[in-house]
Amino acid sequence: MVRFIIRRLLITIPTILVVITITWGLIKLAPGNFYSGEKRLPPAIEKNIREKYGLDKPWYQQYGKTMWNIVRHLDFGTSLRYEGQSVNTIIQRSLPVSAAVGILAYLLALVVGITIGSIAALKQNSRWDYASMALAMLGISIPNFVLGPILVLVFSLTLYWLPPSRWGGFPSWNLILPVITLSAIYMAYIARLTRAGMLEVLRSDYIRTARAKGLSEKDVIIKHALRGGLMPVVSFTGPTLAFLLTGTVVVERIFSLPGLGNYFIQASLNRDEPLIIGIVAFIAIALLIMNLLVDIVYAYLDPRVRYQ
Amino acid sequence: MQPEPEIQTELGHDEFIKGTSLWRDAWRRLLKNKLAVFGLVVVILITLASITGPTIIKRTFGFTPDYIPTGDMKLVRSFPPFKGPDGEFSWTHPMGTDNAGRDQLARVLQGGQISLFVGVIATLVSLIIGVSYGAISGYVGGRVDNLMMRIVDVLYSLPYVILVIVLLSMFRSQTPRGQLILLFVALGSVSWLTMARIVRGQVLSLKNQEFVLAARATGVSAPRIIFRHLVPNTLGPVIVYATLTIPQIMLTEAFLSFLGLGVQAPLASWGSLAADGIQNIAIFPWQLIFPGVTMALTLFSLNFLGDGLRDALDPQMRTI
Amino acid sequence: MILLEVKDLRTYFETDDGLVKAVDGISFQLQRGETLGIVGESGSGKSVTNLSILRLVPDPPGKIAGGEVIFNGQDILLLPSDAVRKIRGRRIAMIFQDPMTSLNPFMKISRQLMEMTQLHLGHTKAQAYEHAVKMLETVGIPDARTRADSYPHEFSGGMRQRVMIAMALSCEPELLIADEPTTALDVTIQAQILELIKKLKQETGTSVILITHDLGIVAGMTDHVIVMYAGKIFEQAKTKELFARPGNPYTKGLLRSVPDPTAEQGKLYQIPGLPPDVAHLKPGCPFAERCERAEEICRREFPPFVELTPDHHSLCHFANEVYGG
Repeated sequence: MVRFIIRRLLITIPTILVVITITWGLIKLAPGNFYSGEKRLPPAIEKNIREKYGLDKPWYQQYGKTMWNIVRHLDFGTSLRYEGQSVNTIIQRSLPVSAAVGILAYLLALVVGITIGSIAALKQNSRWDYASMALAMLGISIPNFVLGPILVLVFSLTLYWLPPSRWGGFPSWNLILPVITLSAIYMAYIARLTRAGMLEVLRSDYIRTARAKGLSEKDVIIKHALRGGLMPVVSFTGPTLAFLLTGTVVVERIFSLPGLGNYFIQASLNRDEPLIIGIVAFIAIALLIMNLLVDIVYAYLDPRVRYQ
Repeated sequence: MQPEPEIQTELGHDEFIKGTSLWRDAWRRLLKNKLAVFGLVVVILITLASITGPTIIKRTFGFTPDYIPTGDMKLVRSFPPFKGPDGEFSWTHPMGTDNAGRDQLARVLQGGQISLFVGVIATLVSLIIGVSYGAISGYVGGRVDNLMMRIVDVLYSLPYVILVIVLLSMFRSQTPRGQLILLFVALGSVSWLTMARIVRGQVLSLKNQEFVLAARATGVSAPRIIFRHLVPNTLGPVIVYATLTIPQIMLTEAFLSFLGLGVQAPLASWGSLAADGIQNIAIFPWQLIFPGVTMALTLFSLNFLGDGLRDALDPQMRTI
Repeated sequence: MILLEVKDLRTYFETDDGLVKAVDGISFQLQRGETLGIVGESGSGKSVTNLSILRLVPDPPGKIAGGEVIFNGQDILLLPSDAVRKIRGRRIAMIFQDPMTSLNPFMKISRQLMEMTQLHLGHTKAQAYEHAVKMLETVGIPDARTRADSYPHEFSGGMRQRVMIAMALSCEPELLIADEPTTALDVTIQAQILELIKKLKQETGTSVILITHDLGIVAGMTDHVIVMYAGKIFEQAKTKELFARPGNPYTKGLLRSVPDPTAEQGKLYQIPGLPPDVAHLKPGCPFAERCERAEEICRREFPPFVELTPDHHSLCHFANEVYGG
């Protein structure tokens, strides 16, 4: 098991370096700069700027310096747009916001999704089953940038129950709409996965054995069926986390939350090279570690996988 | 997937039961699934409306999606659905207008053109890359296959959409056409991975069947075997996955356009329409609601259709 | 002493193809301490019969449509659900055909065994654990104490079936129903498992219902036999009697199909044709199409259940002749 983890970590590091390189390459290759807006700058000023940020040096030097700083000190530099703020500081500041929304959204999706999916599986082909699966299908089909504003329209602007946007700290009423918007699609996916997984397990022989042993239906489900039935949900966690990231970007935009996603988009539009690279690297690391955790959890849950 | 020979099921029965081909069977099963049929019908309707709609509207009302009424300043503002300039009921703008007075219905339909177009083409791109990659990897096998799949594994763990966002932010094309091509490539490159895996799996299991041996024995070259013999037999799962990919890609394009990275003006997709519409959500909610609901309806139908196809072609594929 | 009496049991399934009468009017008795064999081809209804006894038939699409299952004086089919659950595992235990899939792959063996006694006998964890280890030793698992905490996939097929037997006998049930316990196993292992069942039966006095399609197993293990076909009992008799003097063409056909290594045979015999489609049965005897002795009446009229001796019955128009000749 330990060897497995070490091997995965070893692959992670080069992967992240590759991701950073690709990002850096894309930024450098692209036409235009961070300082070129609508107006053309006078050549003297442009030269100054380029010198200040080391952009006049040959590309391999720039690459080397960037990578060196990253690898040596985990120093991603200073933002080009937000004067004087180091990338690391910005990430530190914005991460909790994204984490709060993201984690809450995922937990909500798990709780609601698994419950709905399990009940649908237990009452297969009943009205509850059809209704919840239709609702789940709806959840997959409504884009979050449509759902969010509609929720705001109804709950903030019409009913005045909840604040429409902005970050209100943690915890606060401001969290509710963004979290629901973000989690909707995952709720739907998890509900469907749970239903499919549970249906399959409930048909299996070992459930028949459990019943033949005289266990109550409740025990059969909770002690025997749930473990196997939730496996699809566990293995879906990896991709879910990846999608959550992109979902966060949109949700933070809509609700004006100062989170990692919002900074990322802003940085991309501003061509703020250090910030872009910093956030991308961070995201890549986070994803890889989370995927590793998911694999470990999966191995823990399914003893058949463990002994390889 | 060849038609089955006539099967004798019961001794002494006078009728023989005819075998049917996989496709006919699947089609029949699909038709039985009411939700899938509903999905299919709606998708066809929306596609037709998107393609022909703007032209029809132009003929009857004289609006193009870009038509901004000049002259009468009263018309240069956002009307709610079915209302005219003085608040009276009017058939002219069933979906209202945007801030510049452009007819929403025409815009939504034209947005549909772009969204659907991008969805289908990008899916095709990912199909072509994924199927080729997977088929070659599966057929060649051995070390090459291992390597190719390792690459896929590594790529899979990358934050793809993040990189696509960076890509699109950096390389904004000058022309709307160019932007579209960029989008096809970017979007197509996101989903080919799973397609490759699926196809590889299929090829692996088909590889050792007799018809492949026969082809090799008669000296058919490898590329021919791969593309003429193996790939057609993987069509089932490929079709299913493609049908499910289209809505995913459409969603991705939509949110990219929403962020301003996708389709550029004057072209509009449902995503960019939503981005425009969200500005005024408090006062003119219909600007967001109509493109949003239309998109949701389309995706809804596509998903049902995809589910139905999967159940019809291969009930065992159900994992999600 | 009659332990179990099944009267006119009917279990039907609603399928897309029509109403399948998997079990259509089965009656038999089981004496305490006896081993009853139920023989039949696939689709004869033998497994469904057993599931019906414990009311384990999946509903939908199956339904017990009628009859009585009287166990120790009570009709199981009329009991409330929690009463049935008290019987399952405690008084009547069941083992299934495929030990690979019948054990929970996510749970340790020890826990699966402990569940039984904790539930039915009120054992504490410690007691249950000790009992589990003891049961594993009884069924012949080597190193039982160390292996108790393993997972099913760490055992071989034969071992898994032993574990199932251990689990089933944990609470010392009065009746053990074994549904094709050896079909999924290698031939050599089969013999071991059957020996084990025999031995345990002798030690504990448990009655056994053994379901199989293999006549060889029936011959060696059972006191009484029921032959099922198309959801009906075609013949029932003491085992020795059935093999010596069968009273039904179907049974005769089955016996002929068993290859005799000593005799010089030209072709191996096989009952011609296929089992009928139970969803669309024709009137008359279900075996008529494949029967060598069949005559016009067989296709028209459903055969009577003839009593050849008080202990030997056969469902056939010509039972007496077959019995005699």
